[in-house]
Amino acid sequence: MDMPMAQVRPGRADTLGAKTGTLGVALPFLALLVLGIAFPLFGGGYWGVIATRACVYWVLVSGLNLVVGFAGQIAIGWVALLTLGAYTTSVLVAGTVTPELSPYLALAIAAVVGAIFGLIVGLPALRLRTFYFAITTLGFATIVTQVALAWQSVTGGGVGVAGPIFPKPFDSQWGFYYFCFGLAAFCTWMTANIAASRFGRALTAIRDAEVAAEACGIAKPALLGAVFLFSGAVAAIAGGLFASLQSYITPDAFTLDLSVLFFIAILIGGRSSILGPLLGTILLTVLPEFAAPLVAWSTFLYAVLLLVIVLAMPGGIAELLDYKNRRPLESGRAIVPRPELLGRLLDAPATAGAGALTLEQVALAFGGVHAIDGLDLEIRSGQIHGLIGPNGSGKTTTLNVISGYYAQQSGTVRLNGAALPVLERHRRAHMRIARTFQTPRIVGSASVLQNVMIGGTIDGQCTFIESLLSLPRHRRDEVLLRDTAMLALAAVGLERLAPVRADRLQHSELRFTEIARALMLRPAFLLLDEPAAGLSAEEISRLGALVVAIARAGTGVLLVEHHADLIFDICHHVTVLNLGKNLAAGTPAEIRSHREVVNAYLGG
Amino acid sequence: MVASIVSTGLAIGCIYALIGITYNVMFSASRVFSFTAGTLGMLGGVLGSLFIARLGLPVAIGFLLALAGGVVLGIVTEIVAVRPVLKSLDQHLYVLSTLALALMVQQFTAIEWGTEARPFPRLFDIARGGFDQQFWLPMLACAGVIVGLELLYRHTLIGRAFLAIAEDTYAARALGLPERRLRMVSYALAGAIGALAGFAGGEMLLAFFGNGPMLTFYGFVPVALGGMGNNRGAVVAGLLLGLFQQTANFLVGGIFASVAVFTVFIIVLLARPEGLAGAALQRRV
Repeated sequence: MDMPMAQVRPGRADTLGAKTGTLGVALPFLALLVLGIAFPLFGGGYWGVIATRACVYWVLVSGLNLVVGFAGQIAIGWVALLTLGAYTTSVLVAGTVTPELSPYLALAIAAVVGAIFGLIVGLPALRLRTFYFAITTLGFATIVTQVALAWQSVTGGGVGVAGPIFPKPFDSQWGFYYFCFGLAAFCTWMTANIAASRFGRALTAIRDAEVAAEACGIAKPALLGAVFLFSGAVAAIAGGLFASLQSYITPDAFTLDLSVLFFIAILIGGRSSILGPLLGTILLTVLPEFAAPLVAWSTFLYAVLLLVIVLAMPGGIAELLDYKNRRPLESGRAIVPRPELLGRLLDAPATAGAGALTLEQVALAFGGVHAIDGLDLEIRSGQIHGLIGPNGSGKTTTLNVISGYYAQQSGTVRLNGAALPVLERHRRAHMRIARTFQTPRIVGSASVLQNVMIGGTIDGQCTFIESLLSLPRHRRDEVLLRDTAMLALAAVGLERLAPVRADRLQHSELRFTEIARALMLRPAFLLLDEPAAGLSAEEISRLGALVVAIARAGTGVLLVEHHADLIFDICHHVTVLNLGKNLAAGTPAEIRSHREVVNAYLGG
Repeated sequence: MVASIVSTGLAIGCIYALIGITYNVMFSASRVFSFTAGTLGMLGGVLGSLFIARLGLPVAIGFLLALAGGVVLGIVTEIVAVRPVLKSLDQHLYVLSTLALALMVQQFTAIEWGTEARPFPRLFDIARGGFDQQFWLPMLACAGVIVGLELLYRHTLIGRAFLAIAEDTYAARALGLPERRLRMVSYALAGAIGALAGFAGGEMLLAFFGNGPMLTFYGFVPVALGGMGNNRGAVVAGLLLGLFQQTANFLVGGIFASVAVFTVFIIVLLARPEGLAGAALQRRV
């Protein structure tokens, strides 16, 4: 985790504060690392097995955590991948089907098999929602066990197969413990890198604000695909280790209870956290050992725990540990934008000055209702185009057609003369078209800074693997995104709130956060959907000045609003909609005196 | 051979269809899919075996007690796992809360009843024939439930109230329908149907605690393919599923039969996430 040191821009205090914060974040991990390395000094034989088991489980849970805790996909059947890894490794090492392989090679092959199956099990998540996805993973788990039981020639059926034994120095109890512990520590480091990267933030955006994620250009299939590959690979590696730890495996060893343990460890730990699920895994592995009579009831207790967490503390351990966000925020804080910073932020919009976003005869009907009906509109670079009209006149629908959420039934939307592809919403960000939403779409559990950094996701250069291993390009990306996001926050007047959890903000602050996020794209065109709704009169005037400055920096702005005063104050051009049609178009002065507009909308 | 595939397939299919209907009845009342659907089926078998085989009660009384057990679990599901999270339907917490409840019941059964499959008693003392009671009992139960539900929904006031809630909860509440009480009754009804599925199919599935997840999965397939809340779709899809599974079992063997079912399920779902008979369009922005 790297903080900008030399070229600190506005918000110096916060970035430096974050530096000391990093140490605080790393401290619990370092403590666990020391504890883990020193463990053989005070743990006896049986506790060594428990500790090794906790490490093996964590190797799997660390990957699953990205799927469940970060991406929010309810994958309850992950034990299937453990089973797959365990059998692949054991069978390859035993050499019943193939020539005998070295345990390391077998483990590597198991990882590849696990990655492939992780992808196969995971991909339905792209189309299926929650319960459907949960059921498919459950079905997969049921089937893998059935196959393991029935495919006797390979798996030994109910009799089972011997687990692999790793060669020296990993053949002793503590040797094997250190092997597993090393892998667990490595997985912790890798997933923490992902969590702190644009990929981790994008995953939480998909979970909590999917629509906003699309508008920021986040391609869900590629991202989830990478996560499922990784998660499947480490789960299968955990399987190989598990088989070695058990020394003999049968299908009975892989019950759904185990899946539930993994899943619940993450939920107890809390979402978007690495430390929480890590502690959860240790807790659930160790807990039954302290209460020997309870071993039979452990799964029952896990289930009770799950219910209690869902009903009583959805935030999990991570929220309990997050003491910083329980400090009260200062009251009566004001949002004071600094539009003069926009010049640096929006230094080079893709189309300097001459571009235009045009709608030609665009029409869209829902059933018999003509939401928009032959609409013409031109938004020019560097100008503010106001779009007003009564409720239901088609303003938001127009915005949704431009940003690709709806497909128009006829007509064309053009960007600098070229027709925009219909519906491909995540490509809008690459064309530097940014938007905000009527109800702010924010990742509540992430900090304001992280939320704004989500807006710059597509400007990152590094690949998923580079982020996993924290290679230089990943660190460069993070520094750049963090700097730009701090600048954007300073420009909209929120830099003091950068480290605060976004769900603690006031409504008006969320609106400005969304604008900061949109500015991260250095937009050529910015679509604002009722940005002044819910703002005080003073905030509205500051918003107006900010939007004017954004346009002056070369961005074309489409402003959908009900506040007629704001529209007439700052717009260069105004279009009035009524029942999906152009009622009038012209300069603010022309519109204000337009008889029909006054009658239909403004009131006389 | 063909006769055996058809009778086994249809009988299993009827059990899947009944679990599918259990899902649907709960879903219609609350927009919630509950993991306890398969657990109810498991419970029907275990309770039937407990009351009739182990405690030696008469078949009729054992049957009613097993259904009562299902009703209780249905009501508990509503109170414990559904009502508290209904407000936050967006976060899909119900997936986790109903899963937790299902696991609790399953684990409790495993400990108190045991983890091995036990035989389910023969309900009617007649000789085993080609078309045995283990085949026609599930079919009879399925037919009975379908006819019963049709009569209920079409010809009684409370049935129409169910339909109104399923169609538009807010409008139904605005009309003064006691939404909460109707939801409770729906869950009780679903509990009875789920337990009936397990009871009628007891001889095929045995009294086994592990039937829960299996039925939860295979019972959801008819719902997903037949369309959410669509009982007739669930029956058709359930019967097809049963036949397909048994045919595959015969043709390619046990291992790959389940793989085949799973694959077909995934492919159909990916091609038509709203089910073969449904349509869904929602406004997101």
